[in-house]
Amino acid sequence: MGWRNLGILTCAWLVGVPALAQSPTYGVGRTPTAEEIRAWDISIGPTGEELPPGRGSAKEGAQLYRSKGCAGCHGPTGIEGNAPILKSKAGKDVELWARGRILPLRSPFATTVWDYINRAMPLNREGSLTPDEVYAITAFLLYINEVIPEDMVLDAQNLPKVKMPIGNNYANLPEWKPRAPRLKGYPY
Amino acid sequence: MGSKRPARREFLRSGAALAGGFTLGGTAPALGQAPASPPMIRGDKNQIAYGERSKYVTSVRIPHGGRPSPDAFGLVFHVATPLQDSVGVITPSSLHYVATTRGAFIPDIDPREHRLMIHGLVDRPLTFTMEDLKRLPSVTRLHFIECAGNRASRRAKTVQETHGMTSCAEWTGVLLSVLLKECGLKGSASWFVAEGAEEVKGASSMPIAKAMDDCIIAYGMNGEAVRPQQGFPVRLMVPGFEGIFHTKYLRRIKVVDRYYMNYNDYGHLDQDAKVAALDYQIGPKSVITFPSGGQQLPGRGFYEVSGLAWSGGGAIKKVEISTDAGKHWLNAELKGTPQRMAHTRFSYQWNWDGKETELLSRCTDELGQVQPTRAQIAKYWNKPFDETFSVPGLDNSIQPWRIGNDGSVTNGLA
Repeated sequence: MGWRNLGILTCAWLVGVPALAQSPTYGVGRTPTAEEIRAWDISIGPTGEELPPGRGSAKEGAQLYRSKGCAGCHGPTGIEGNAPILKSKAGKDVELWARGRILPLRSPFATTVWDYINRAMPLNREGSLTPDEVYAITAFLLYINEVIPEDMVLDAQNLPKVKMPIGNNYANLPEWKPRAPRLKGYPY
Repeated sequence: MGSKRPARREFLRSGAALAGGFTLGGTAPALGQAPASPPMIRGDKNQIAYGERSKYVTSVRIPHGGRPSPDAFGLVFHVATPLQDSVGVITPSSLHYVATTRGAFIPDIDPREHRLMIHGLVDRPLTFTMEDLKRLPSVTRLHFIECAGNRASRRAKTVQETHGMTSCAEWTGVLLSVLLKECGLKGSASWFVAEGAEEVKGASSMPIAKAMDDCIIAYGMNGEAVRPQQGFPVRLMVPGFEGIFHTKYLRRIKVVDRYYMNYNDYGHLDQDAKVAALDYQIGPKSVITFPSGGQQLPGRGFYEVSGLAWSGGGAIKKVEISTDAGKHWLNAELKGTPQRMAHTRFSYQWNWDGKETELLSRCTDELGQVQPTRAQIAKYWNKPFDETFSVPGLDNSIQPWRIGNDGSVTNGLA
């Protein structure tokens, strides 16, 4: 064995150490199938990589908004109900942050709107909407807030690319570190 | 004078109920005669199976924020802990505060069917049954949970109204770091999403550094299974973070490489970076629970002033008391060894001279953070400190209790 081979062996050993430390210690738990993971994975991040196939327009969404009972709680135009309002009562001349905490208007990502409708609506019938219906209702809510045009058909490819009016006009969270104050200079 | 008598009787009654012990009532026995027996509680099936508290102890939770709960829409269900009656640091599970936006409906989860899946940026995704989780090495720790909406106002009358959305319990479970190491974190892992199994599948993004530091996958609470209102069969404990992050009915943890902006995260969206920085980790906070708003001191003399202190930054190091509206501060006694991110009970021996005054407490945590006054906070935000002032972000300001010369205790903010 020459020096060169020894060098390769040493490298392999060095690489092997962290790999060993990463192996399971207890061997408890079961490996889920790819299908199980897909079925459970309903968190739609900003890139939209988890979005299922489907498509829907604001016009379809307007019908579903009535037929699925959205209007019952949120009001016929999204502002009259007991549930949180879905459309700003103020016009575009008012600064975005002053137009109210309205998800399809203030959210930095359209994926958040899709995610929430999909996981949590309609009340007491959560999980009953098909992907097409969620795309359509998302399109309707973005349309009534003048975020997208009425004829735009949303799908898994273009939903993450929708430009939300807030842009970058919101605060990023500072990095969290253990055993450290959260806000330097705050009187605590 | 006459008007004070009912108040004094009221105080003695509630005092005796609290102590759970002797009363001054009853017929005096003759010298040397054994005292008469008290009436008996019949030992029925329930007393054998799962004990109850005395019928004389009537302390209960109340709807938070002055609104009916469940509200008119049948959804908001925020109930506050009766801190004014609390002793020690553990909140009984039945009195632990609850905050949910889906009303009185509690998911009825069969623990045999429940699964926790961990996936995303890991080498080996894994699914755990409750049985699996209970096989793994466990920790048992005291931790408080506090709702971000736990803030004092001028309208509030009692400490239950000003501070009742915090509670402290002993939690048992597996460290999340143990499970994540079992799955093997990939190098790009920087955030994780925790999600519940309830109807809205509530989900929040949290830094992976917190997961590896001290998060607990908790199945035990105060010596028994986690209660349904607290996330049975398993909840995530995120010590020192706002209550909403302590995901109930935990069914999934997804390891990701960015902030995921789920609906709960959207709720944390702020315009001001300084307000955003106050999110997540709760600051040092304390409050006197006795004497507190709505209680009545029967007269001048000795009282053990008592209260609770906690911080999302770690353990409580020091609590100070002022009995003269903040002019002088003296160290309170800490009961037991303060635990990290847990309620710590403090006390102070006070002789009340019968004159009007204000009682305050302020705490310091292991990071050296000192609980601020509202005036200090107003100055920091460059806002006028008047009746309209409301603390931006999480409110950890000092709570004053006003003692009237008639022994009445009222909210010093009013």
